[in-house]
Amino acid sequence: MTGAFRSLVRSRSGLLGLALSAVVVAATLVSLVWTPYDPGAVDPRASWAPVSGAHWFGADRLGRDLFSLVLAGARTTLLVSLAATVVAAVTGTLLAAAAAVTPGWVRAAVGYGIDVLIAFPTLLLAMVLVAVHGASTLTAVLAIGLGEGFFVARVMRAEMTRVLAADYVLAARAGGAGTWRILYAHVLPNALPTLTVLLSLVMAIAVLAEAALSYLGYGVPSSTPTWGRMLHDLQTQLTIRPQVLVWPGLAIVATVLGFNLLGDGLRDAGDPKARRT
Amino acid sequence: MRLLEVEDLTVRFGDSTVVAGVRLSLGAGERLGLIGESGSGKTLTALAVAGLLPPGAAVTGSVRFEGSELLGRRERAIAPLRGAGIGFVFQEPLTALNPLMRIGAQIGEPLRIHRGLSRRAARGAAAELAARVGLPDPERIVRAYPHQLSGGQRQRVGIAIAIAARPALIVADEPTTALDVTVQAEILRLLTALVEEEGSALLFISHDLAVVAQVSRRLAVMRAGRVVEEGPTLDVLRDPREPYTRQLVAAARATSWNPQETPS
Ligand SMILES: Nc1ncnc2c1ncn2[C@@H]1O[C@H](COP(=O)(O)OP(=O)(O)OP(=O)(O)O)[C@@H](O)[C@H]1O
Ligand SMILES: [Mg+2]
Repeated sequence: MTGAFRSLVRSRSGLLGLALSAVVVAATLVSLVWTPYDPGAVDPRASWAPVSGAHWFGADRLGRDLFSLVLAGARTTLLVSLAATVVAAVTGTLLAAAAAVTPGWVRAAVGYGIDVLIAFPTLLLAMVLVAVHGASTLTAVLAIGLGEGFFVARVMRAEMTRVLAADYVLAARAGGAGTWRILYAHVLPNALPTLTVLLSLVMAIAVLAEAALSYLGYGVPSSTPTWGRMLHDLQTQLTIRPQVLVWPGLAIVATVLGFNLLGDGLRDAGDPKARRT
Repeated sequence: MRLLEVEDLTVRFGDSTVVAGVRLSLGAGERLGLIGESGSGKTLTALAVAGLLPPGAAVTGSVRFEGSELLGRRERAIAPLRGAGIGFVFQEPLTALNPLMRIGAQIGEPLRIHRGLSRRAARGAAAELAARVGLPDPERIVRAYPHQLSGGQRQRVGIAIAIAARPALIVADEPTTALDVTVQAEILRLLTALVEEEGSALLFISHDLAVVAQVSRRLAVMRAGRVVEEGPTLDVLRDPREPYTRQLVAAARATSWNPQETPS
């Protein structure tokens, strides 16, 4: 893995992705122990305070420090997008494997199931979950994770079917390998490059989806700062003082870009052919 | 009891019959060459023997290995035989190896499956097998990936995998077709020497008469899914009865090869 890491750092875009992702992770960790102000603290005197030494990113109408809000928002964004990506990876891969290796009618049923479920927009899923369980971080994670999980399942089903048709899978079966060994030793490693890129995309989509859900009130509780809610709260200022929208927007763009580049870099780094030894 | 007895083997895809009533028989330690033009059903016959046919293939007839019937067995009941009872060498040494798995892990895989060897023990055994198939610097090569090897070296790996769990029958499906001529000869020598040492039987598939004649004294000729001629290699070559076999012999002669030189 050290060889893979070296080749990740050596590729320029991989390094940028790693750096951007590292900044988001660092911001999250820092926000746990320190923010310049309490992100929820209202200060009428600081209403729409400009960028200054006291307020690095300025302040909103209620005088809340925007830098503190962006830092604290990173927490929610990273938590929700990471957890949703894990949910998507697990459900997607399990469904895809079931659809790819099970015989006959099970395969067909799982395949149709995925196609039906993928037609449900994440938002609809979220509304159903909220109706049942109420709006919470867990609801957001499950809604985004499952919604993206079906998308992952569809792509990975095709990818696993492709790998299963490879000569080396036939050769492994000819050596006595059973279904489990075929899946974990041959199919998964060879499908992993696609999964990596897919998950970096899912993570990026999850950042946006979390923002959208928060915006609509289906996401995390309204007391929790998120970049999506910041965008929502600040959007009325678009024509008056657009500079305040730059911060949450930039944070979202940097995170999405970082995850995507990191995914591409990881895919290339995992390929022994592309790697220099 | 014969090691392998194939009777009336028929393989269909929908309503096209691609293997039609094939009959083959191999005793322990015997070698049989299976020859035929492209598309004549050689590969499907070989795969059918170990239950490895692609989905969509319907198979009937009988395949008895060491006296017990294999056709119609569940996957779970036939998998223990693959690798341990019947070993396969494939045509394309590059695509038959997992590009992301180290050579040692691939050679050791049948041993992990059938002998329950630990990862570590399998790697040690893999290095020994790599040495046996004449790979240079075995300790280093077991840590390499397939793309770092030459075509001939990859096929040596393929042979090491096939013999790893010491099967009583080795099926080699055109193992030298993808290699250039000088490498072909080396691989053939290696394969026949190892089969000799191990005392395994060999089902050797090829579309090249000259190659088959070097490997085996008995020969079956396939055409359009049927075995059209079978017998001692020299007899078939000297006095081919089927027009198709005559064509094959004529083609081999045209490439300046003389059946009289065949070792008997
Ligand atoms: N999955 C499949 N579906 C339908 N037809 C198939 C399939 N696999 C093989 N066939 C057909 O079965 C016939 C025999 O194929 P097979 O691979 O056994 O030929 P072969 O003798 O090994 O030829 P070659 O020398 O080219 O390897 C061919 O006509 C082929 O088109
Ligand atoms: Mg073939």
